[in-house]
Amino acid sequence: MGLATYGTRHAQALVGSLGRLARSPFATFLTVLVIGLALALPLALQMLVGNASRATGGLASAVDVSVYFKPAAPLEKVRELAADARARAGVAEVTVISADDALKEFQKYSGFGAALQALEQNPLPNVLHVRPAADAMTPADLDRLVRYFAAWPQVDTVQVDAAWVQRLNAILAVLERVLLIAAVLLGVGVLAVVGNTVRLEIHQRRAEIEVVKLVGGSNAFVRRPFLYTGVLYGLAGALIAWGVVGAALAVLEGSVETLARLYGSGFTLAGPPAEEVVGLLGGGAALGWVGAWLSATRHLRRIEPRG
Amino acid sequence: MIAFDHVVKRYPNGREALAGVSFSIAAGEMVFLTGRSGAGKSTVLKLIALIERPTRGAVRVEGKNLGALRSRHIPAYRRSIGVVFQDHRLLVDRPVFDNVALPLVVAGFPLKETDKRVRAALDQVGLLGKERTLPLELSAGEQQRVGIARAVVSKPRLLICDEPTGNLDRDLALEVMRLLKRFQSVGVTVVVATHDLRLAQQPGERTILLDDGRIQGRGEEEPLPSIVASR
Ligand SMILES: Nc1ncnc2c1ncn2[C@@H]1O[C@H](COP(=O)(O)OP(=O)(O)OP(=O)(O)O)[C@@H](O)[C@H]1O
Ligand SMILES: [Mg+2]
Repeated sequence: MGLATYGTRHAQALVGSLGRLARSPFATFLTVLVIGLALALPLALQMLVGNASRATGGLASAVDVSVYFKPAAPLEKVRELAADARARAGVAEVTVISADDALKEFQKYSGFGAALQALEQNPLPNVLHVRPAADAMTPADLDRLVRYFAAWPQVDTVQVDAAWVQRLNAILAVLERVLLIAAVLLGVGVLAVVGNTVRLEIHQRRAEIEVVKLVGGSNAFVRRPFLYTGVLYGLAGALIAWGVVGAALAVLEGSVETLARLYGSGFTLAGPPAEEVVGLLGGGAALGWVGAWLSATRHLRRIEPRG
Repeated sequence: MIAFDHVVKRYPNGREALAGVSFSIAAGEMVFLTGRSGAGKSTVLKLIALIERPTRGAVRVEGKNLGALRSRHIPAYRRSIGVVFQDHRLLVDRPVFDNVALPLVVAGFPLKETDKRVRAALDQVGLLGKERTLPLELSAGEQQRVGIARAVVSKPRLLICDEPTGNLDRDLALEVMRLLKRFQSVGVTVVVATHDLRLAQQPGERTILLDDGRIQGRGEEEPLPSIVASR
């Protein structure tokens, strides 16, 4: 069989599948809708996780590591160590707040100015404010950073103001798990829907399949149009899922923007990036193909021509 | 071309349709298979078309032992023979052209060649010009001729027909017989199963008479010792 003939055969199978789907538009629409909704849920979760990561990523600049030095540590040494810390990967910014500056600041704002002036000695320590880089924000990264500072003999305590970021990251990790479970379960659901639809179609076209086998149609030949049907179902379902999630984002966009503004953020919802859309369409098509293949292989074998 | 060697066919329900049948048919012959209803005629053809496999004994077609043929080689084997049924088995929702083209489509023929061959086959059965007609818009005789066109379109060397005239009146039946004879005259081996003895007993044709799964004697015009009757 030549390549052109091979192409012709596939084109025939594709056109045949399209034609049959178009001939019963309502049934086709219902099947596609079910597949679409099944694919929309994981996609929506994926959007939620993606947007939440982005939102917290923006706010993560608020994560602050404070390094308190022992009273004996001279300011020059502190400056020296700050320079070392700046050179470290994963550190975005290091600010030195000397004990004197801290005291002045405290006097100015605390209202205890006069009382503090009476002190013989500055009770405040030298402090470093360290802002980790945005890509070094995981609990493990922060932990490593804390141990780095704590290892200096001049350092008294290291304090991380990041508990909520860690909680958020933990929640995101849970969400990602939920997403994975939902994707697997709903993927199996799509397989079942496509498989069952293909089974019904095979049943309806039994007489035709018998004739095709009688004149020498191989199992692969008989199966081909059903595989196309499955792929078309999967693709159409993926398009619907994309549309549904797009519509949901459009509805939410305004209120999310308002919310973000109230928190002083310029955050806006993002739709699925191109590679996720491609993944969705490819995944839908693949699920349709697999569902149709499983069903067709199982049910076509049993149909043999009558005498 | 065809050789049955002590073939027994027992269906899953226990019914023994063939009880040790042996005969052979030479290439280019036209042979009638007759006998009462239930004698086993269709069973013989089903074994030749590999719709059924023998329970015991050997069925050989062109030297191939069909009993030993692997399942995945069945489609290719079926493409090498032509089959005609009484109920013609046409796809009623497809026009005549698509029905006749089916064996070529299945075999992956290029479109141009398919078109040419379908027209030639329709011409042979006298139905050129009916390509776009649906089978149900045709008469019974025409439907049967579409079935024959489909059976011969891929130019098989063997044509087997099960009651090809069962639904037709006498004139149409004779017309179909003449048509089948024409294929024999160009070298196709033709096997026709029919319970109509008058149709079968055409001068010059060989007849195999089946009764209750056994071959009875020989056909009247049977000059060859190639039929071995078994008890
Ligand atoms: N698929 C089957 N399962 C069980 N028994 C069968 C099957 N096909 C045929 N038989 C039985 O085998 C015997 C022979 O059947 P067959 O169809 O070969 O007869 P026939 O000569 O073609 O009859 P007719 O002239 O009525 O078509 C019959 O008794 C029939 O009941
Ligand atoms: Mg019969």
